[in-house]
Amino acid sequence: MTVLLLAEVNKGELAVDATAKAVTAAAQLGEVTALCAGAHAAAAGEAAAKLDGVSKVLVAEDPSLDHRLAEATAALIVSLADGYDHIVAPATTDAKNVMPRVAALLDVMVISDVSGIVDADTFERPIYAGNAVQTVKSKDAKKVLTIRTSTFDAAGDGGSAPVETVAAPDGPALAEWVEDKVAASDRPELTSAGVVVSGGRGVGSEEDFKLIEALADKLGAAVGASRAAVDSGYAPNDWQVGQTGKVVAPELYIAIGISGAIQHLAGMKDSKVIVAINKDEDAPIFQVADYGLVADLFQAVPELTEKV
Amino acid sequence: MKVLVPVKRVIDYNVKVRVKADGSGVDLANVKMSMNPFDEIAVEEAIRLKEKGVATEIVAVSIGVKQATETLRTALAMGADRAILVEASEDVHADIEPLAVAKILKAIVEEEEPGLVICGKQAIDNDMNATGQMLAALLGWSQATFASEVAVEGENAVVTREVDGGLQTIKVKLPAIVTADLRLNEPRYASLPNIMKAKKKPLDAKSPADYGVDVSPRLEVVKTSEPAERKAGVMVGSVDELVAKLKDEAGVL
Repeated sequence: MTVLLLAEVNKGELAVDATAKAVTAAAQLGEVTALCAGAHAAAAGEAAAKLDGVSKVLVAEDPSLDHRLAEATAALIVSLADGYDHIVAPATTDAKNVMPRVAALLDVMVISDVSGIVDADTFERPIYAGNAVQTVKSKDAKKVLTIRTSTFDAAGDGGSAPVETVAAPDGPALAEWVEDKVAASDRPELTSAGVVVSGGRGVGSEEDFKLIEALADKLGAAVGASRAAVDSGYAPNDWQVGQTGKVVAPELYIAIGISGAIQHLAGMKDSKVIVAINKDEDAPIFQVADYGLVADLFQAVPELTEKV
Repeated sequence: MKVLVPVKRVIDYNVKVRVKADGSGVDLANVKMSMNPFDEIAVEEAIRLKEKGVATEIVAVSIGVKQATETLRTALAMGADRAILVEASEDVHADIEPLAVAKILKAIVEEEEPGLVICGKQAIDNDMNATGQMLAALLGWSQATFASEVAVEGENAVVTREVDGGLQTIKVKLPAIVTADLRLNEPRYASLPNIMKAKKKPLDAKSPADYGVDVSPRLEVVKTSEPAERKAGVMVGSVDELVAKLKDEAGVL
């Protein structure tokens, strides 16, 4: 079996954590060829070549592949698809944009957010916001998958796979990039952080969200938020953890002022240790927390920040 | 410009999902069903485009069981002009896969010739997040997924997308597919007079055969199981106790 893996490349750099976790999943299926695509992708290709389990790297550099626009990226993958049994990517927003398009062009079903690999045709994935796990067996000739990275360990490095370049196919430019609004941050990335501190509606304002951020910074943690906090404007969209946001599984997850709607739990209940701080003792978050503290967050969080 | 909005009938957002004991699926008998929340956002966006004078007609489409008629009536009561039901199954537990849905939608798009299709980004039942992208692929159209802002400007749509790093704005050539994310808008409630009026709006009933599409699944569901449960934890009485537990017992500080 052979696997083509779409590596996660941001502005020419390899997103090592997401890619390395997808490599672990892909290596269970067969020999892995990693594809690094972008306006600049050579450096990402060099980095991908070092991942254990990658046996070959393809680098595609073309202006049309800049910003991972779905149309050009999908066309590239389809042009390379012959000879691969599986086409795989980490379930990032970029891959979720591209991979269903690839699957439809190949006339196969996409299998999104794979959390377990049973065999080459059979996969587990969460449905209903993680309230059920479905095992599906694909009858398609090729399998197109996105991998839920929080359930796989990252592949190590020490490899030295050969790197080849490939050309992007010509196609009509249907979409063009206008701008990115990305907040610069020194904090660890939410989906790969060892510790995540998240705030919910109970935090009450964007200003008071600084309490959450101060605790996170003391712990060297990433900052997360519930949908309610994002909808209310207390936190930016890329901090959202949950069914439709990011899925995290850190060593320690601290949920503050978060009631624990099933849609939020879907994004964090695989965390190793969960702490909940909420003034409502009946909040459902306490049912999944290893340690619960019923307290006013405006007193407890500064105290916790001081004492950790 | 005509706008097409596909809508899906799914288990209501607030209903606790129960896995059937025999592992054959999730229990949907006698459970409250509603329009997929992301599709409500898509319908609302289409209505707002009509209110701005950009859209001229809104066609809602649902592919599923006959009971999806109720979902279409909801879309009509919100403000869609007419509806198409494609009855693809008689079994309420059957989920028509995104690829088959996209193929039917492609055929409808070729008949209706909309300038824009607005889908929800994912359905909250199968969480697949695929139909819009697949439809765009089959039509050879551009796609603007996970939209939090949509502006139609002449021959293009300028769409801001919610992505892992923050927000990305792209410009796509029309006709195009947009998929709606949570913060695109807040859908309106249908008023009682509009619910009454919706009953008189046209609703066509079709079948997959009318469009020459085979809806047999590509994925065989082997089993459906409960997720691993977390063990109940302990309540602590103070921040000091919490810090002690995290250091000594959990070893995470």
